[in-house]
Amino acid sequence: MNFLLKRMKKIEPLFEKGGRFEKLHSVYDGFATFLFVPDKVTTRGAHIRDHMDMKRTMTVVILALMPALLFGSYNIGLQHTRAFGIVDWTLIQMFWFGFLKLLPLIIVSYMVGLGIEFVAAQIRGHEINEGYLVTGMLIPLIMPIDVPLWMLAVSVAFAVIIGKEIFGGTGMNILNPALTARAFLFFSYPGWMTGDKVWIEGLMSGGGLDGFSGETPLALAKMDGFDQMPSAMEMFIGTIPGSAGETSTAAILIGAFILLLTGVGSWRIMLSMTLGALGMGLLLNATGGNEYTQMPAYYHLIMGGFAFGTVFMATDPVSAAQTNTGKYIYGALAGILVVIIRVFNPAYPEGTMLAILLMNVFAPLIDHYVVNANIRRRLKRVQRA
Amino acid sequence: MSTLIRLRKGLNIRLAGKAEKILLPEVAVTRFGVRFADFPGLVARLEVQEGSPVKAGSVLFHDKAFPEIKFVSPVSGVVREIVRGDKRILLEVVIDQEGTEKVDFGAADPLRLTREEVRSRLLSSGMWPVLRQRPYHIVARPDSVPKAIFISAFDTAPLAPDLDFVMANTHGNYLQTGINVLSRLTDGKIHVSHDAEGSRVAGLNNLQNAEFHRFTGPHPAGNVGVQIHHIDPVAKGEVVWTVDIQDVVALGRLFTTGFYDRERIIALAGSGVIHRKYHRIKPGASVSAILKANFQEGKQRVISGNVLTGKRITPDGSLGFYDNMLTVVPEGDTSEFFGWATPGLNKFSYWRTFLSKLLPGKEYDLNTNLHGGRRAFVVTGHYENVLPMDIYPVHLLKAIMAGDIELMENLGIYEVAEEDFALCEFIDPSKTEIQEIIRSGINMMIKEMN
Repeated sequence: MNFLLKRMKKIEPLFEKGGRFEKLHSVYDGFATFLFVPDKVTTRGAHIRDHMDMKRTMTVVILALMPALLFGSYNIGLQHTRAFGIVDWTLIQMFWFGFLKLLPLIIVSYMVGLGIEFVAAQIRGHEINEGYLVTGMLIPLIMPIDVPLWMLAVSVAFAVIIGKEIFGGTGMNILNPALTARAFLFFSYPGWMTGDKVWIEGLMSGGGLDGFSGETPLALAKMDGFDQMPSAMEMFIGTIPGSAGETSTAAILIGAFILLLTGVGSWRIMLSMTLGALGMGLLLNATGGNEYTQMPAYYHLIMGGFAFGTVFMATDPVSAAQTNTGKYIYGALAGILVVIIRVFNPAYPEGTMLAILLMNVFAPLIDHYVVNANIRRRLKRVQRA
Repeated sequence: MSTLIRLRKGLNIRLAGKAEKILLPEVAVTRFGVRFADFPGLVARLEVQEGSPVKAGSVLFHDKAFPEIKFVSPVSGVVREIVRGDKRILLEVVIDQEGTEKVDFGAADPLRLTREEVRSRLLSSGMWPVLRQRPYHIVARPDSVPKAIFISAFDTAPLAPDLDFVMANTHGNYLQTGINVLSRLTDGKIHVSHDAEGSRVAGLNNLQNAEFHRFTGPHPAGNVGVQIHHIDPVAKGEVVWTVDIQDVVALGRLFTTGFYDRERIIALAGSGVIHRKYHRIKPGASVSAILKANFQEGKQRVISGNVLTGKRITPDGSLGFYDNMLTVVPEGDTSEFFGWATPGLNKFSYWRTFLSKLLPGKEYDLNTNLHGGRRAFVVTGHYENVLPMDIYPVHLLKAIMAGDIELMENLGIYEVAEEDFALCEFIDPSKTEIQEIIRSGINMMIKEMN
């Protein structure tokens, strides 16, 4: 690798101030630090530093997303065969079909998002932030598979510029950027984001078996279609219509395991959000009412985007509550809100996205009260003394 | 037996290169230096010029705001050089050691002196700067009377010297006399903190006029600031003092013999040196003698103090005023191919993303590489895990960055020193210079309060 390092060092001056490619410095720096952890040593403060950096943090999250991505690819193929009455595809064929459908979304998401990040880093004179590596992977996993690529590109640009960069970039944003992208599409092009056709590849452009209906379990629940509801096991494994990443609770749990084992994801948020949704579901069970409120409470955990949102979205450390106490409150409220929006809102079958975005907005307020309690403890000490 | 305070938060960095418990005799040193950067928050006014003859105990410079705070020469000799930096700021007064002349400040029993007499002896002998105060972790203001004085009798920093071993090789009577000196300076208690087992040294165990505490837990349990927080925290308007335990001995020596002599025992540690032992040395002494022909191969960094909070010095630089160890670690100025993606079996980390977490007890060789680039704060909930205080570290740091004095006050700036945040800086994946931010916040407070 010495050869490569020497080559990189040799062209480095071209990208420095005054060099021919000065304007591409952030791009060079991004690639150079990706290939090699730089030779920079500590100059101030602690002389030794942990090996952990932002690249590794983000890599862990991407790794945790892989099971959901792989299963999602397979499920895209599986749902397609069901909708079109194909019976002779093997598992590999289904996976490959889905993967090729998902790949353009991933490529567009990264190209647009990283492109903006490079420009922003160049303007600010900062190094490239790794935050988008995760966001860029999350976005394709929460989009309908047939979403037009230009729509995806617009929503990514909106999320990165309006949702993140104008606040100062990764670490400064208030809303989760991936959910911002989804919310943007949701409200701008609802026809591509809801209904019984968007969640299965090929249905939007016509085709599919006569009378085939591709509703998600959440939509079925909303329309009292409980007789057509897939079994709990199917919903847990994820062989149901939905966006690529969200359907398989099992695959998401593997990701959750990775995040918790490495300590990168917050167990406080995952736990409290799950308990919040479960508690709200049980409360509805107890109060009775219609068939939806009587649905087993644990269904809420395996339906729709709850699991994906809980593990990968609500735990985004930047947009979540930052204090440990705050995380319990934030998670629990998000879980409760998911169920409330799902069951009582007449318009939207899914509540996870809006619940998390709403709690993103309230997270600073929650932290404010938690920190104020700390301040009061400190003041009380003076009065006692 | 004293009560045991259990701390769970913190981190022991398992660094290779501990010093063997062998004490080497003092080696002859001819170059001494008093570094002004060891005293943050003060402004120096020189009293000597290049070529001035000095005795051990002669004044070199004093503080501008409190001229009675004097800094004296550790040895007799001649001022060889006055090193200045940008804007002619004083960096160091360098002395060539010659002869053995000492200023005699007179012996006295501190218990028979009034507070004012003890105070003026400490000020005139140049021993005052060993007293440091919280808030701000600076040299104690002479016009203050502390509500208590704190002494940590153990050090948990990476590769830190075993202070029990140090005290076992120190004159026991001086320690008691030193405690007596301190007892004249406060109406409150003198708190001495040990690790869980307490001290094996009789002189330390039977001290009069002191109250004992025991702490158990990882670093920074040995930091005096953490101990204060759990014993008797500093609120707004209150002042406590802290003294290094070896300086308590120096105080005792001053009142027993009448001479300024801060000779102490330090550990020479770190994977950058071959022979790692304990040395007798005076603060300010050039370290070249004990480092001579002792470096491992490759580029090494010499640090006066520990790897988390120490100051980088040249191989012939002088030992810092307050430091009790000298650390040498390899420089890390090499690039690592896909370094961020390796499994990390050989990489020590706080984080569980490295396989090294599966090897408890293993010791690691860490160099000075930053291991990443500067980012905004992203991860949350981890800085708290290495700060055993009821303080929200990131909120305090952000208050400092925003220059919000009132919020800094509310969030605990009076209780902290940069050393307490060193582990936050160590684990930070965003590579923020956290200790520097804390010091800038403290400087803001000092300015605001004057």
